[in-house]
Amino acid sequence: MSGWEVALQLELRGITKRFGSLVANDGIDLTVESGEIHALLGENGAGKSTLMNVLYGLLQPDQGQILLDGEPVEFHNPREALAAGIGMVHQHFMLVPVFTVAENVMLGVERTSVLGLLNRRRARQDVLELSSKYGLAIDPDVLVENLPVGIQQRVEIVKALHREASIVILDEPTAVLTPGETNELFRIMRELQASGKSIIFISHKLKEVQEIADRITVIRRGKVVGAPPPTATDEELASLMVGRAVELTVHKEPAHPREVTLEVEDLRVESAGGRAVVDGISLEVRSGEIVGIAGVQGNGQTELCEAIMGLLPVKSGSIIVAGQDLTGARTRVVLESGVSYIPEDRQEDGIVESFSLADNLVLDVYNRAPFASGLALHIDTIRESAAKHMDEYDIRATSIDMTVGTLSGGNQQKVIVARELGREVRLLVANQPTRGLDVGSIEFVHSRLVAARDQGTAVLICSTELDEIFALADRIIVMYEGRIAGIRPPTVSIEEIGLLMAGAGSDDSVPEAQPA
Amino acid sequence: MSENLTGPGGNGPEHKAGPVEGPPGAEGSPGDTGPDAATAAQANVATSLLNAVLEGNSAVVTFLAIVTAIIIGGLLIAFSSPTVLHAWSHLFSAPGAAFSTAWAVAASAFSAMLEGAIFNPHTISAAFHGGSIAAIFNPLSETAVNATPLILSGLAVALAFRAGLFNIGATGQFIGGAMIAGWIGFAVHMPMILHVVVAVIGGFIGGSITGGFVGFMKARTGAHEVIVTIMLNYVMEFLILFLLGLAVFRAPGLPNPVSPPVDNNAMLPHLAGATLRINAGFLVALAAALAVGWLLNRTTVGFELRTVGANPNAARAAGMSPERTWITVMLICGGLAGLAGASVILGTDFALTPQIYGTYGIDAITVALLGRAKPGGVVLAALLYGSLNAGGVTMQAQTQIPVDITTVIQALIVLFVAAPPLVREIYHLRGRRNREGGQLLAKGWSS
Repeated sequence: MSGWEVALQLELRGITKRFGSLVANDGIDLTVESGEIHALLGENGAGKSTLMNVLYGLLQPDQGQILLDGEPVEFHNPREALAAGIGMVHQHFMLVPVFTVAENVMLGVERTSVLGLLNRRRARQDVLELSSKYGLAIDPDVLVENLPVGIQQRVEIVKALHREASIVILDEPTAVLTPGETNELFRIMRELQASGKSIIFISHKLKEVQEIADRITVIRRGKVVGAPPPTATDEELASLMVGRAVELTVHKEPAHPREVTLEVEDLRVESAGGRAVVDGISLEVRSGEIVGIAGVQGNGQTELCEAIMGLLPVKSGSIIVAGQDLTGARTRVVLESGVSYIPEDRQEDGIVESFSLADNLVLDVYNRAPFASGLALHIDTIRESAAKHMDEYDIRATSIDMTVGTLSGGNQQKVIVARELGREVRLLVANQPTRGLDVGSIEFVHSRLVAARDQGTAVLICSTELDEIFALADRIIVMYEGRIAGIRPPTVSIEEIGLLMAGAGSDDSVPEAQPA
Repeated sequence: MSENLTGPGGNGPEHKAGPVEGPPGAEGSPGDTGPDAATAAQANVATSLLNAVLEGNSAVVTFLAIVTAIIIGGLLIAFSSPTVLHAWSHLFSAPGAAFSTAWAVAASAFSAMLEGAIFNPHTISAAFHGGSIAAIFNPLSETAVNATPLILSGLAVALAFRAGLFNIGATGQFIGGAMIAGWIGFAVHMPMILHVVVAVIGGFIGGSITGGFVGFMKARTGAHEVIVTIMLNYVMEFLILFLLGLAVFRAPGLPNPVSPPVDNNAMLPHLAGATLRINAGFLVALAAALAVGWLLNRTTVGFELRTVGANPNAARAAGMSPERTWITVMLICGGLAGLAGASVILGTDFALTPQIYGTYGIDAITVALLGRAKPGGVVLAALLYGSLNAGGVTMQAQTQIPVDITTVIQALIVLFVAAPPLVREIYHLRGRRNREGGQLLAKGWSS
């Protein structure tokens, strides 16, 4: 473990990686000095992850070189990259939930005693040592499944450190964290930096990059397009990322809420195991307003949305849409009463990847006029409407017969938005409507949601991105452990919402703030 | 192929009642698993396997798979023949003879097969010398007759595939259809045309009940359709044996468990004279293929069915009910397999026997895979299999090469169709390896 403090300088020279005709990385040069936090900024699909997979030995470059301290190296697999001191924390953790922290850390590099038994004590010690050295505060004996996401991420970092990584790659590490946890992560990153480690921080969030990075490299369409200083403004960074000027704030007029469209009263939903995941939620959404539900992932937002849509059984309470009692109604009835739904998991619930664009655009209205009468589908009407939507919602595809699975995430989401907003909508339930989208697509989706609001739709949005909540919501509801932790106007400070999200503020909800 | 499926009872009358009581326990057990998670996982397994077969196989690969299977079949024919083996034992003294004998044996086998399945030149010269003109078309008629139940049962499997279900139960549904169609055929007496129409509809309903039960079990209890269909196959195989022991089904005065023959009015009419076996069942099969194509691509039911098959979660979110779709699909699929049963009992066999189901239900799976679960593909695949079956009989008669070789060829075709990378490797075609690349990226630390 003596090699830890050795300063390593990493240089990527002219890295090119092709997938068929697609050039994912096109002659990328990148230098990471020892002991710096280097942010890699780019939209989804810009080639950040490909580049890091090349560096980590998961992919072999078609051209170009990797140099460590000026010495050319080649990594054929992650093992070789790790041996050379490069560690990676993936966006999706690679932990065994039923193992303890120490067991997870020693996984793959198990030390054994003479008899071939696992040396658990040694692993515990290593974890404790690393934990105190970098201020990680991790208990080695807890089962990983009992840890919150933020701590699981630290376990991943410990894993990398335990394998003596001196360059740590963090792939979109803040995507799963609360604001508080993000601050905590940044503190840890600075600790690591102070002890001489280099960090490559991958992100598409401008504010975080500005806050933490020493240097920034922006990648667009597989090429390095700039290395702005961390002092660059949001607008400068965003236009570099997207390649054009971008509206970062949604332009919206003050809301003019009218009659109550959605009324949820003391709603309870139980998980398969009988745990109350939605625990007595009451809320209302008026026509012409956007209500944003903030909260860390897994606090009942998804279950709330699915219960409204009739996808989960309601234990007790009621759901009323425009005067019609839809408690426990079938999803089809809910949809037909004028509710639209943008599900959280686009590929799992929102589209059928093997279907054409045209089929996906009628996925939940295929049985209604004018797309069908009786048994018969009206293919021509479906195709005409698809062509119109493709145009109107700027879906980038070569034709309406293209398989949706081949489109980018942003375009897939546009398909869903086009389908859900392209008809008369009383209530829109949108769960994480911009998750995983790039800046350009987020801008588009946001403007459509606001436009729907202005046409008199009641909009309920769940999002774990506070920026999104603040950009869109006319009222903010914070959910914590299945309950409403507070209802606030959008003028509230981000810190206060952050506290509510972490469960710090008990239910001290001010009388429901009625917007003017 | 299906001897193993007839179970321990064989034809012995003392086993008739026993097995009928057996299977319920086996059916009940899968119901314990939670329906939601289990069914989603099953659908994923089914669709991913189907996708592997469908996406991996271009028309070229399918064609090459057939060619490869026939070549290997030829080698098998040659080297299982005693004359060829004898010639090869003198390889060094007479190398020419070794190769020419092998070639001659394989060639004679395949030409016999062609004569049995498509066209026999001898029949033309015979026709000029007072023979029958119909005989010229006999091979084609035989191919169509063999293909008819395969088209129908193949559709039963293919349609279920598209809804994400593995219908292994075409055998049971075939029996259900054959039983009802047969019973209407011999026990009820009706005027011409009406009788055969009612009997055919009865066949559809018989299969439909059998298939619908499977859909109901899956929708209500989450029981895996593969297990239920396989178990139901046994139930139906023994049920027909049991019924043939009862007075209502058994032909009086015969020592064997055989039903009385169906009325003439209930027989599917011949299409080309009494000497050729081709009958209206073939038209029913083609019409069914058209109907299935229409259902899949032009109706709301088909849209639901394809959505549920491709992504049950998205289907649910779009307001569809996968459970209801499963029941509907299995009712239709069962009906199609039931029609296959009706086409056999009313078109060629005319009486129920304990072995009426043959291997149609099992061959249906391979036909559906080879036909890439599309109605048109199923028709073509069934015609290929039908021609192999028809040709195999002639081959055995003419060359004494066992008819089982056609089964081997059919199995080889499926083997190659199920392993597209193998075919591509053999013919050095460009592979589609993107998928593997994608999976590699998902790997993490512990590699």
